[in-house]
Amino acid sequence: MPTALQPVKAKHKREEELRDAFWKEVEHIPSGEKIKNCIQCGTCTGTCPVSAWMDITPRQTVALFRAGMIEEILHSRTIWICASCYSCRVRCPSGIYVTDMLYALKRLAMDKGIFPRNYPIHALSESFIANVYKYGRNFELGLGIKYLLATSPAKMISSAGFGLAMMRRGRMSVKPTKIRKVGDVRAIIDRAKQLEGR
Amino acid sequence: MEFAYYPGCSLEYTGKPYDQSVREVFKALGVGLREIEDWNCCGATMYMSQNETVALSVCARNLALAQAMGNCDICAPCSSCYTILRKTNRQIAWNPHTRSKISEALAAAKLTYDTPVGVRHPLDILVNSVGIETIVKKAKFLFDGLKVAPYYGCQIVRPVEDFDDMDDPTTMDRLLSALGADVVPYPDKVRCCGGMLMTTYEDVALDLNNGLLTSARENGAEVIATVCPLCHMNLEGYQAKINAKHHTNHHTPIVYFTQLVGLALGLDSRKLGMDTLLVKLTNPRLKTQAVEVAA
Repeated sequence: MPTALQPVKAKHKREEELRDAFWKEVEHIPSGEKIKNCIQCGTCTGTCPVSAWMDITPRQTVALFRAGMIEEILHSRTIWICASCYSCRVRCPSGIYVTDMLYALKRLAMDKGIFPRNYPIHALSESFIANVYKYGRNFELGLGIKYLLATSPAKMISSAGFGLAMMRRGRMSVKPTKIRKVGDVRAIIDRAKQLEGR
Repeated sequence: MEFAYYPGCSLEYTGKPYDQSVREVFKALGVGLREIEDWNCCGATMYMSQNETVALSVCARNLALAQAMGNCDICAPCSSCYTILRKTNRQIAWNPHTRSKISEALAAAKLTYDTPVGVRHPLDILVNSVGIETIVKKAKFLFDGLKVAPYYGCQIVRPVEDFDDMDDPTTMDRLLSALGADVVPYPDKVRCCGGMLMTTYEDVALDLNNGLLTSARENGAEVIATVCPLCHMNLEGYQAKINAKHHTNHHTPIVYFTQLVGLALGLDSRKLGMDTLLVKLTNPRLKTQAVEVAA
């Protein structure tokens, strides 16, 4: 386990626990330990098309991490606003896989149940995954409806026109496509979950 | 030349015109496309933020099915599928620990994946395997200077430079110019459309797409050509909302690059899904190649 980024004294037990869990996730990122090489130049933030909408910029994320404030990162909108366009990753002069680091933080947040307020992605992600488990494929209309019901039912009305326009053009289906061997997909998912230990 | 076709969930419905035009164009050019039987969702970015082993294993099922089809690469038109399928291949090659977990998960469905299957995007296939010259030779029409903004988005050029430059890709520019289109300078060609943000943080995505549409128009584009169903949907489906928010009047047709290639090849525009676009490209300004030669 890399130690250079351990703060002098972890703030409290929870921080230590989060830190250990994060490093475990980072093991899966090719040269994940490069995060130690961050020079705080801000190229990631400058190249990020959505940093203007983040409460903590990608550069600050690394700074906070070093300062031993993972929980603050998990409570921010930042990791959920990232659209994984990979601009930061290809431009980082220290070769840090910033996008994959944010994915690792997302998984950590999901696993520990730490989310920012008014947090929509969890709902989307959950419905998406439920669809794949049920049908083997995504079901766009079902996903949209489930998501809106969970987050902002009022938006169903403003989105209905779009849905109908797409339906008229044969570009939206009212029923899901179920693959033949959906049992295989479920078996793979179940086994993979066991292997990951969650 | 034959490919294992992985359309992905979006191409079944919202991205149907993409599916139609890819199939038609490949057929017209004599490139085989065999759909992977009973393929499943690639998981996109969703599983990756929940559980990495599941994300990669779900994806690997498709790779295993393609491997069983014999010696051919996968053709994946959706940028999201393309990226995650390639990422799975890279993780399997890079990390023996991940590889063994994926193999074990696949074994639960009696599948094996031991011979890496290449994953390619139709843009790469058309330009680098079929070749621009061949396509132009087979074209019945050329565009008469239709002004096109080529939009590549994120995930076919990043994170790994596969077949084109990540800052200024030109594959689509070259293809469409050769077919007579006037490809306008488009500095936003690899800037993100926001992807799923249109659902989760709509405000952010509306601003991003307003930027993309505005930049295309300011550079004189009449139409934007895309390579991904999600980019296409964000740019095409939300123009009314963008107009309401930003007091703009965007009404720009967004087409798949394969639709433009199909029109040049003289294929039926209905079969290319041109009639199901939300903003129609009313006049693609085609002229026959013969006229061009005579002139």
